[in-house]
Amino acid sequence: MSFRSLFGRRDTSAAKARERLQILLAHERAGGGSSDLLARLREDVLAVIARHVEIDPDKVQVSMTKQDDVSIIEIDVEVPDTSLPRLRVAGSR
Amino acid sequence: MGEVIVVTSGKGGVGKTTTAASLGAALASFGDTVAVVDFDVGLRNLDLVLGAERRVVFDLVNVIQGHAKLPQALIRDKRLENLWLLPASQTRDKDALTEEGVERVITELRQRFDWVICDSPAGIERGATLAMRHADIAVVVSNPEISSVRDSDRIIGLLDAKTVKAERGEQLDKFLLLTRYDPARASRGDMMAVEDVIEILSIPLLGIVPESEEVLRASNIGTPVTLASPQSRPARAYLDAARRLRGEAVGDIEVPVEKQSLLARLFARRAA
Repeated sequence: MSFRSLFGRRDTSAAKARERLQILLAHERAGGGSSDLLARLREDVLAVIARHVEIDPDKVQVSMTKQDDVSIIEIDVEVPDTSLPRLRVAGSR
Repeated sequence: MGEVIVVTSGKGGVGKTTTAASLGAALASFGDTVAVVDFDVGLRNLDLVLGAERRVVFDLVNVIQGHAKLPQALIRDKRLENLWLLPASQTRDKDALTEEGVERVITELRQRFDWVICDSPAGIERGATLAMRHADIAVVVSNPEISSVRDSDRIIGLLDAKTVKAERGEQLDKFLLLTRYDPARASRGDMMAVEDVIEILSIPLLGIVPESEEVLRASNIGTPVTLASPQSRPARAYLDAARRLRGEAVGDIEVPVEKQSLLARLFARRAA
């Protein structure tokens, strides 16, 4: 064991590789293991929103991230301005 | 009934074929009967590493297509009478392998041998999934290097999803074999530490094979390293790994360290 491996572990390229891998694999494993769930969620969410406003099916993003013991499902829907006239009225001062 | 081992990795060039040949030779040297099967159709190399390239008459594809019987295609090793090779076809591609054909060949091999070692091609396509399909044990070969570890993780996912054992909800034993480990780079912090790779992949370690000229030399002369230089570090790592596969109690796995003196190391570092 060298001085560098004793005191400078965080700065080595191997430590960087390890960090990058851990982040990447957490992401890939989440995607691979539950892609079906995400696809079904995406469809349902799309259907519900489409009942009220006009949306582009390609502009719905469903993703899942894992942090330690918690999984976060993130749903991102882009709604075009033209689809929201009434909502805008209701929300304006 | 014999046990089926798949030697797999995802990434190419990490040492799958060397590992299949060395584990096969090691198990055969302990008295077990072993068949090593090359699944790398179109890019066969196990015959070369075992020094049997000039004795190939029939191959796996011939047997699968019914053009040859299994005993006609099996090549007996000239040094170890318990070791047999079923070569891949060099002129066909991986589509020549069928799911039913592979199942039939593996079933027959299982009845004849104690161990059936399937040398998987790189990648995650048909050849690789068929090589792992009937495995009881998976030896995941990985280098302590970022892209290799990522691919190994992917392969572990496939092992848990696409094998017959996994589909039946049974336990498929998965082991990590770290190859091309370079103690000098590891001590400089330029190579991922063994414990980091184990932690990331979270499967038990079967052995650590150091990067070594002995492995290259053994390939050059077509002799598994366990026979070519049985006292070398890589050979001892493979022999111990084979003992572990047989269920023998072998001591802790030693992480290879640099043999240089501290002074030599300091000079080497200054020069680099």
